[in-house]
Amino acid sequence: MEEGVKVVGFWPSPYSQKVIWALKQKGVAYDYIEEDLSNKSQLLMKSNPVYKKIPVLLHGGKPIAESSVILEYIEETWPQNPLLPKEAYERASARFWIQFGAEKGPTFGSLFTSTAGEEQDKAAKDALEVLKILEEQGLGNNKFFGGDSINLVDLALGWLAHWFQCIEELVEIKLIEPTTLPRLHAWVENFNQVPVIHENLPDKKRLLAHMKSIREMSISAK
Amino acid sequence: MADEVILLDFWASMFGMRVRVALAEKGVHYQYKEQDLWNKSPLLLQMNPIHKKIPVLIHNGKPICESLIIVQYIDEVWHDKAPLLPSDPYQRAQARFWADYVDKKLYDTGRKVWTTKGDEQEAGKKDFIEILKVLERELGDKPYFGGQSFGFVDISLVTFSCWFHAYETFGNLSIKKECPKLMAWVKRCKEKESVSKSLADEKKVLELLHTMRKNLGIE
Repeated sequence: MEEGVKVVGFWPSPYSQKVIWALKQKGVAYDYIEEDLSNKSQLLMKSNPVYKKIPVLLHGGKPIAESSVILEYIEETWPQNPLLPKEAYERASARFWIQFGAEKGPTFGSLFTSTAGEEQDKAAKDALEVLKILEEQGLGNNKFFGGDSINLVDLALGWLAHWFQCIEELVEIKLIEPTTLPRLHAWVENFNQVPVIHENLPDKKRLLAHMKSIREMSISAK
Repeated sequence: MADEVILLDFWASMFGMRVRVALAEKGVHYQYKEQDLWNKSPLLLQMNPIHKKIPVLIHNGKPICESLIIVQYIDEVWHDKAPLLPSDPYQRAQARFWADYVDKKLYDTGRKVWTTKGDEQEAGKKDFIEILKVLERELGDKPYFGGQSFGFVDISLVTFSCWFHAYETFGNLSIKKECPKLMAWVKRCKEKESVSKSLADEKKVLELLHTMRKNLGIE
């Protein structure tokens, strides 16, 4: 029985969901603590004084912050059901795609907060370009970014399989379609069918409502 | 079979320098290929088609991109000497966290210091010093970020030190005054040949940024 594992998260966040997916995939038991981001807890402030953000993983009381750092920690601490390749070059390649996904966050953020017109057209074009790169050079002809089964890259990009559909619905633009991005579209379907993912997704209606209010706040703040 | 190791780099890049330091720590022989960032070579575009940036490490024909990913790759491949990351998973996580902090914060904030003026520059300067102070607090009384031995976080940060003179000149600030312990750490790191031989000349960096500021219309 491992020393207490705790996850401090926020239910609509794909960042805290990635951590949960990794722990579940490895069969690691944990306690989940829901954080109220409008009233941050002492635990969060103490565990992540640098960024004061979720997710934070606590293992035997010791905190680790930043989802990409947490995922690598989980991989190294619980090696069963490996989520990174063993070979150094392939590991570097996996880390490249995880970083690529993280860096392109603002591109999708721009789409999320865009309103109809030139701004939105450009945002959609930029987002489509990123998705094309992911499909052609990241995924290639594989079922998952990890090959035949999911790995940390799939988890890191997993928000594209659920949260992105909410963005598409809110901006009324569909980008991941079987005609334009067939392999990525298939990946979305396959990823959502992986049991650990399927059983650990926030409710779509609730998520959509949450994201709608965030979008409206961002637009009015512009 | 002998390893073929090539580094595509730009002399003034603090990111490229990280790779140079890592290769030197491990005693790896490699071919350095200087890149013209304003006229990118077919080799660079072929080896890093997505970002088109340096550094790129080419190991037996296969490219690895992104400086911290390259440093981890070097640590894993040439694992028999000078470990750059700790062996304990929790310590490794802390090292990754802090190297990521440097990556997220320092370059962009530093860029404000040398490319902006007035209020924007003042805000940039304040943030820049604050980031260095956070790092200085993390260093504490340890000789290196990794503790007793030079490692991943030290590599991620020390290469910025040859840009400090430029930041100080354009920002009219003194990093030594604001972060004396950090400057002592820089001096300690520069006593290592792997570091001193990899850093660019700070006067040449200043000259380069002068030219770039002129081209940006700031001077």
